[in-house]
Amino acid sequence: MTMTTVSNRSGFAAKIGRVRAAKAIKLGLTYAVMIILAFIFMFPVVFMIVSSFKPNAVIFEDLRSIRAFVPTVFSLDNYHAVFRRTNFGRFMFNSIFIVTTTVALGLVVNSMAAYALARLRWKGRMLVLSTIIALLIIPFEAIAIPLLFVVNSLPWPLVEIANGMVRLGLEHSWLDTYQVQIVPFVADAFSIFLFYQFFLEVPRELDEAALVDGAGPFRIYWNILMPLSRPVLATVAILQFLVRWNDYLWPVLVTQGEKVRPLTLGMAAFFGQTPDWGQILAFATMITLPVLIVFLLFQRWFIRSVASSGLKG
Amino acid sequence: MFGVIFGGKGNRLRRNEAITAWLMGAPAFLGLFVFLLLPFLLAIGLSFTNHRFISPNPTEFVGLRNYDRLLSVTIVTLEPLVDEETGELLRDENGNLMFPRSRSILRTEQYEGFGEWFTVDAFGKRYVIAAKDPKFMRSLVNNFIFSAIVVPLQSGLALLLALLINQRIPGVNVFRTIYFSPVVTSMVVISVVWVFLYNPDVGLINQFIQAVSFGRLGPFNWLGSAQSAMIAIIIMSIWQGVGFQMVIFLAGLQGIPQVLYEAAQVDGANAIQRFFYVTLPQLRNTIIFVAISTTILAFRLFTQVDVMTNGGPHDATTTVVFHMVEMGFRRQKIGYASAISVVFFLIVLAIALVQHRVMRSRSEV
Repeated sequence: MTMTTVSNRSGFAAKIGRVRAAKAIKLGLTYAVMIILAFIFMFPVVFMIVSSFKPNAVIFEDLRSIRAFVPTVFSLDNYHAVFRRTNFGRFMFNSIFIVTTTVALGLVVNSMAAYALARLRWKGRMLVLSTIIALLIIPFEAIAIPLLFVVNSLPWPLVEIANGMVRLGLEHSWLDTYQVQIVPFVADAFSIFLFYQFFLEVPRELDEAALVDGAGPFRIYWNILMPLSRPVLATVAILQFLVRWNDYLWPVLVTQGEKVRPLTLGMAAFFGQTPDWGQILAFATMITLPVLIVFLLFQRWFIRSVASSGLKG
Repeated sequence: MFGVIFGGKGNRLRRNEAITAWLMGAPAFLGLFVFLLLPFLLAIGLSFTNHRFISPNPTEFVGLRNYDRLLSVTIVTLEPLVDEETGELLRDENGNLMFPRSRSILRTEQYEGFGEWFTVDAFGKRYVIAAKDPKFMRSLVNNFIFSAIVVPLQSGLALLLALLINQRIPGVNVFRTIYFSPVVTSMVVISVVWVFLYNPDVGLINQFIQAVSFGRLGPFNWLGSAQSAMIAIIIMSIWQGVGFQMVIFLAGLQGIPQVLYEAAQVDGANAIQRFFYVTLPQLRNTIIFVAISTTILAFRLFTQVDVMTNGGPHDATTTVVFHMVEMGFRRQKIGYASAISVVFFLIVLAIALVQHRVMRSRSEV
C-alpha cells in the first residue's frame, strides 16, 4: 500500500514536471518566434542607421555578411555631405513648422466645432453632423486634383515692408506657399468625430453647474471640457501628426522650389539626384530618428491612439 | 405672465446659444466646405469639361467624353494568317498560329482612340482586348491585385501578431513597440531604403535568399522586372502597415470578456476551439473594420510606386492614384483627372457600402 502511494506521488510529480517542461518549451518557442519577428521588423531601419555612418566602400564591403548590421566604422562624412549638398535644415524647418501649425490649429478648431455639435442646441445641428460623418468617407486622393484647382485661384494678403514703408497687396495663388500645406488640413472631419464622441460622454451636470455660476458656453468649453479632454487631445494630435508628417502626395502637387518643400519631398528629390547611398541613408536617418525617439518616449500614447481610431470606426 | 417672461428669456438664451454654436463651429465648417466639400463637388463638375491647368483655349463642356475615354473597352477578334497560295494556316518556328499585328487593326477608323490592353489566344483565334485608356485599365487591375493579396495577408498576419503579443509574459511590450515602429516611419524613407534592400546585385534581400538556398535561388531583379515589381511593393507595404492593424486587433482582443474563455474551458474546449468559437466571433466587427480600412488604404496606393518604380516596368505597378497624378498634374489635364477622381471615389464608396451590408446582415443572424 505504501508502495502504491509512493509510486502515485512520484507519478504525480513527474506529471507536474512534464507540464512544467511543456510550458517552458512553449515559452521558449514564443520568445524565439517573437525575436525572429523583431529582427524582420527592425533590420531595414538598423541597416539604414548603421550604414549612414560608413563610407560607401565600407557599406558595400559589409553587405556580404552580418557586418551590414554592425557599426564597423563611425564617420560623419555622409552627414556633412548632406548638409553641404542639400537644404536639409530648410526642409526640416518647413516640415516642423507646417506640421506643428496644422496640428495645433486643428486641435482648437475641431474641438470647438465638436463642442458646438455635442453640447449646444441649434437649428441645423443634425444636418451639419450627418454631413460631417458623410464626409469621412471621402479619401483625400479623390479631391486632390480639384483641390489643386481651388487653391490655385485663392487670394492671400501680402504684406511687404520695404524702405520703411508697409505695402499691402494681394497674391493670387496659394501654390508654393506654407499656407497651402497648412490651411486646407486644419479642419478635419475625423478629428471632429473623435472629439464629438468624447464630449458626448462627459456628464452634462458639469456644464449645468458652471452655467449656474454664470459661465457662458465658450468658458465651459475652454475651462471645463478642454482640461478633461487630455486623452482625446493626445489621440487627435498623434493621428494628425502621423498623417501630416508623412504626407507626400500633396507636397508633390503644390510645391515647386525648395523654399517651402517638406522633408518627405526633399528626401525623394535627393534620392533622384544622387547615386551616393551613404548620403541617401544619412538623409533618411535624420528624418527617421527624431520621430522614432518621440515615438519611443510616448509609445503608450501612440498605440492607444491607433487602437481608439479602430474602435470608433 | 411669468410664462411670457420666461418664454422670452428662453428664446433669447436659445438664440444666443445658436449664435455661439455657429461662431464656434465656423472655422471648421468653413474649412470643410472650402477644402473638402467644394473640391468634391468640383471634381464631379470638372469631370464633364476639358479643363486644363494652363491652356490657351477656354474650358468647354464635353459631356461624358472623359468617362468614355476612361472606361471604353472593346474586343477585337483576329483570324489567323493564311498562306495565300496553299490556303494553309501559317505557323511560326514554334508551331504557333500567326496573327496580323493588332496595331494595324486598331489603327482603322472603327477603333479610333483604342489601344491594346492585353490579348488572349483561344479556339484558334486571337482576341485583342482594347481600351481607350489601357493604362487606366492596368492601374485598376493592379489596384485590385494589390488589395486582393494585401488585405487578407496583412489582416491575417496582424491578427497572428496580436495573438502573439496578447500574452502576459515579461517583455511583451518591447516586441509590440518594435512591430509597430515601421508605422511611424515615413513611407518615403521606407521606400528609399527598400530600393536598396531589393537591389539585384548587392541588396540584402537577395543576399539572404541566396545564403539560405545555398545559391540555388536568385538573385531576383525585384523592382526591375514586370513579374516581381508588384510583389516587391506588396511585401514592403505589408511589412510597413501590419503593426497598425495589429494594434487595432489587440484592442479588440482585450475587449473580449474573460468569462467567455472560462466558460469555454469549463465546457472542455481546447485552445484551437476557443479561438474559433470565442475569439473569432467576438472579433467580428474588428475584423470587418480592419478588412475594409485596409482595402481602402490599398486603393490609395501612391507613394511607394512614385518613389520606387514610377509605375513601371511596363505599367506593372501603376495605380489609379498614380495615373490620376500623371494626368492631372504632370500633363495638366484637370478635367480628365477629375473623372478619374470620381471613379476612384465610387470604388471606395462601393467598398464601404459592402462593409455596411456585411456588418448588418451578420448582426441580424
